[in-house]
This record gives sequence, C-alpha cells and structure tokens, in this order.
Amino acid sequence: MKQFLTFVRKEFAHVLRDRKTLLILFGMPVVQILIFGFALTSEVKNSRVLIVDNANDAASQQLLTKIEASQYFEVDRSVMSPLQMEAAFREGEIKMAIVFPANFNEDLLHQNQAHVQIVTDASDPNTATSLTNYVSSIIQDYQASLNQTLSVPLRILPETRFIYNPQLKGVYNYVPGVMALVLMLVCVMMTAVSIVREKETGTMEVLLVSPFKPVLVILSKAVPYLILSLVNVGTILLMSIFVLDLPVAGNLLLLLAESTLFIITCLTLGIFISIKTSSQQVAMLISLMGMLLPTMLFSGFMFPIENMPVPLQIISNIVPSKWYYLIVKAVMIKGLGFSAIWKETLILAGMTLFLFVISLKNFKIRLA
Amino acid sequence: MTETVIKTDKLTKRFGDFIATNGITFEVHKGEIFGFLGANGAGKTTAMRMLCGLSKPSSGSAQVAGFDVYKQTEQIKRNIGYMSQKFSLYEDLTVVENIRFFGGIYGLSNADIKTKSESLLAQLGMESEAKKLVGSLPLGWKQKLSFSVAVLHRPKIVFLDEPTGGVDPVTRRQFWNLIYAAAQDGITIFVTTHYMDEAEYCNRISIMVDGKIEALDTPRALKQRYNTTTMDDVFYQLARGAKRSE
Repeated sequence: MKQFLTFVRKEFAHVLRDRKTLLILFGMPVVQILIFGFALTSEVKNSRVLIVDNANDAASQQLLTKIEASQYFEVDRSVMSPLQMEAAFREGEIKMAIVFPANFNEDLLHQNQAHVQIVTDASDPNTATSLTNYVSSIIQDYQASLNQTLSVPLRILPETRFIYNPQLKGVYNYVPGVMALVLMLVCVMMTAVSIVREKETGTMEVLLVSPFKPVLVILSKAVPYLILSLVNVGTILLMSIFVLDLPVAGNLLLLLAESTLFIITCLTLGIFISIKTSSQQVAMLISLMGMLLPTMLFSGFMFPIENMPVPLQIISNIVPSKWYYLIVKAVMIKGLGFSAIWKETLILAGMTLFLFVISLKNFKIRLA
Repeated sequence: MTETVIKTDKLTKRFGDFIATNGITFEVHKGEIFGFLGANGAGKTTAMRMLCGLSKPSSGSAQVAGFDVYKQTEQIKRNIGYMSQKFSLYEDLTVVENIRFFGGIYGLSNADIKTKSESLLAQLGMESEAKKLVGSLPLGWKQKLSFSVAVLHRPKIVFLDEPTGGVDPVTRRQFWNLIYAAAQDGITIFVTTHYMDEAEYCNRISIMVDGKIEALDTPRALKQRYNTTTMDDVFYQLARGAKRSE
C-alpha cells in the first residue's frame, strides 16, 4: 500500500508540474461552458421578425413602434396567411412572427385584456428563448405604460408558441455534452499518453523490473486522473448552476456516482489504448480520432441521433459517451431517478468491465 | 569456493523460428564485474531480459540470486537492480523526488530513504542539485545518478544495459569508479557494453555471437588465447563471423 501511495504521489507530481497541461485541464471545461453557453448564441440581434397586424388600430400601432425601436428585431410588416407564414419560417426568412388579432384595441378597452400570438422558430432553442423574452418584456413594458393612467389594469396576454422544437430541446443539452467531452478528453487521452510516455522514455522497463506489480503501475496512473476529473465534474456543475442558472434537477449524489462510473470507463479505455500503442503521438491521435470525434458526433449532443441514418444510429450505441450523455440529461435536466437510467448504467458498467478484461489480457501478453 | 549468484544452463529464447538466445550456459560469482559482450543483435538484451524476469525462457534453466527465472520472478525482482540503455529517471521530477520514488517502490522506509539519499548525493557531489529537475542535469550526471538509484535498495545483482552510451571518457571513468565501489560492497555487476576499454575493466567477460556464447574468460586469458594484445582484436575475431546483425 505504501508503495502504491509513493507511486500515486509521483504521478501527481508529473501532472502538477506540467503547468501548461494543467491549465488546459482545468481551463477547458470553463471555456467550453462559456463558449457553448454564450458565444455561440449571442447572435440574436437583428433577427427578422414578421408582424401580421390584423388589428391595425391605435394600440397595435403603439406596441409595434416599440418593437420596431428595439435593436434586436428587423421588422417586416405584411399580411400573410398562416400558410404563407409557415413557408417563410421553413425557408428561414423569419425567426419569429407576432400576430395581432383583428380586434386588439377593442378587446383591450372593453374586456381589459387582449391576446398577442408570438410564434418562434425553436430549431435554434437559445435564440428562440431570447427572442421570446425580448418581445415579452417589450409587451410588459407597454402594458405598464398603459396602466399608469388607468384605474382598472389592462392586460396583454402573449401566447407563445415554439415551432419545430416545442420542448426547446437543446437549450441545456450542451452541459451534459460538455461533461462527456471533457471527461473523455481528460481520462482517455491523458491516461493513455501518460502511460505510453513511460514506455517511450524507457522508465516503464525499469518499473517492470522492480517488484512493484505491473497492474498497480497502471492503476496508480489512473488515480490522479480520476481525482482531476471529479474536480472537473464539480467545476462544470458549479458553472451550470451559478453561471447558466441550470440547477441539478435530480439527485446530485446519483449524478456524481454515474459520473464516476463514466470516468472509470474512460480510464480503462485510456489504459487499453496505452497498452496497444507505443508512441505518445499515436496514443494521442487514437484518443482524438477514435474517442473525441465519436463523442461529438454520436453522443447526440451536437447532432440529434434520431435524425441520423439507421447504420449511424447503430454505431452510436458503441460510443460510451452516448450513454453517459443520456444519463446526465435524465438526472440533471429531467430530474429522473435511478429507475429511469438503470439500463444505461448497466451498459456503461458492462463496457467498463469488457474493456478492463481485454486490457488485462493484452497487458499480460505484452509482458510475456 | 565463491558464491554463485547467476547460474544458467542451456538458456534459450525463441521468437517463432528465430532463436534469439541459443542455449547459453554460464555462471557469475558474487561481487564480480561480469561483462556481457556481443555485437548488436547477438541476443544480449534478450538474455538479460530473461534474467531480470521480464521475459520467459523457451527452454533451459536459470537461477538469479538463488531464485528460479520461471517461477520466482517476484523474488528475483526484489533482489536485482536495473539500469536500461535509455535514460530511465523521470526528467520532470527533481533529483530527490526520483530517489524517493524508486526507494519507495522497492519498499524502503522513509527514514532509510532519507539517510541513503543523503549519502548518495554526498558520494556524487550533487548536494546542491538535490532540488533541481533531473531534466536540467548534464547527461553524465544523469547516468551516474541513474546507477546510484539502481543500487539504492542494495540489490544482490545490478544489471546495466549499455550504461555509458553517449557519455564522454572522463564521465565514463567516473562511472566505472562507481561500479567498482558497488562491487567492493559485494554487489554483483552484470554489464553490457560496446566499449572495449570498458571490457578490460571487467573481471570476466563473455562474448556472444549469433545467440551463443563463443568465449568466456578473464580479459587477459582471452587476449592470450586469441594471440593478441587488445580486446578489440578478440572481439573482432569472434564477431566478424556473425551472420546476423541489426
């Protein structure tokens, strides 16, 4: 045990001494969360908005002027049939349509409330949410200015509708995706490279000649990355709670336990790669091409798997991150419990066991 | 009667049709500096790997430090030290960290490591470099440090695989002083080299050609037998008949 700890301490020294890598390790999740969360979705200015003003009365005109004044919208006034509107959406000419009913002003004055329909293209969920929020706040603002002079408050009720993606899927999808990506990168690549590095420098031979058990050599290499990865999971969760306002809906402990399982899957994968390769470059390339790319493509976080051709859907099943992604989405966003994810958990555990066994087998062969 | 620490009998390793080490039989005595010579590809490294427990022999038998190379590799590993051709310390760790690590994996106690690393640094005159990264040291120092680390746990035998490759003559001389000092302490030295002047420093040498040991004796006796004055000539006469090379 003491020998094991000596070894683990040495591995930590390697990791902590390599400042550049360390910066990448801990900076990466932060940067990715920020990029995916903000940079990629900030382009909501000057979105083309169609206004169908069936009322064309005093109130609708006033509200329209307010909307037109906003820098977020490029307003297009015209009368369109619902069918034409749909076509405009489909061709991506407009991002949003605001439809006033024929008797907007009248409803407002006599019934003290009126409806406005806001239809948004939600295929880009982040933009859709922002646009809807902008319009709603403009409407609220207008409503407040009307009510200043009135004793009976008027209400304008926006009816929001998202088309193409009514549940706004994808808003938060990237958080579980980033988790899968970061863990994959840290555990698989770093572990593989750190073991292969010892082969390259010749220190592996010295370790194998020592009485220290080869299996322990490998295990103690995995320990620092397990801990670093847990830190990364923590960072991502903290950022998603405090920066993105996305709380963990389900059980936090369950999420951490599942993350640990996935980290172990990745570590075994890294170890397997390191056993099969003998140079750092090859290990890195295999990790990047063989692991990172499939994670991006097949975990479902960038491209929905349901839309892929069947052969690709089948391939996606062997990508561990797909299952982890499903688990995190279920626990973190939908707030589901273990009963909803036991199948995915079992698959991940099975993959880990499989990788562990074949690694062990190959490791022995290499030594003989 | 001197104590035998390595004893092999027709030790053989085959890789498919290729016989890397072909029935070698020899003995090494305690405290001896044993030179293990041979051209590239003669089978030295394979033989050494078998003796270190890294590779299982195909046939024949061997005992290292009294333990069997088939069944008792764990005990063998506990009783030997090893320094490979490639520099084998961690360049991104400091001198002291390397010593502590290797001491640690051989199961030395902290107190033991502390006293040993102090005397080691004093012996090498490297006290002021203790906290420097090994990567920043000159090659000669690294090699000397590497050797000292390989014998840190006081093994019965230390295997040195071309330890002085690429090192200048002065440092090589200093390196051999370390080897002598270790041998004086009763550590058996098993060393491969391509430098014939180093072969002269050995008590006995064996010369391998094409997987077989063609000659084994003291340098003086070998020179007499082949009727020459230099080890270079002895080696040349034996090795020029070699069919395989790398």
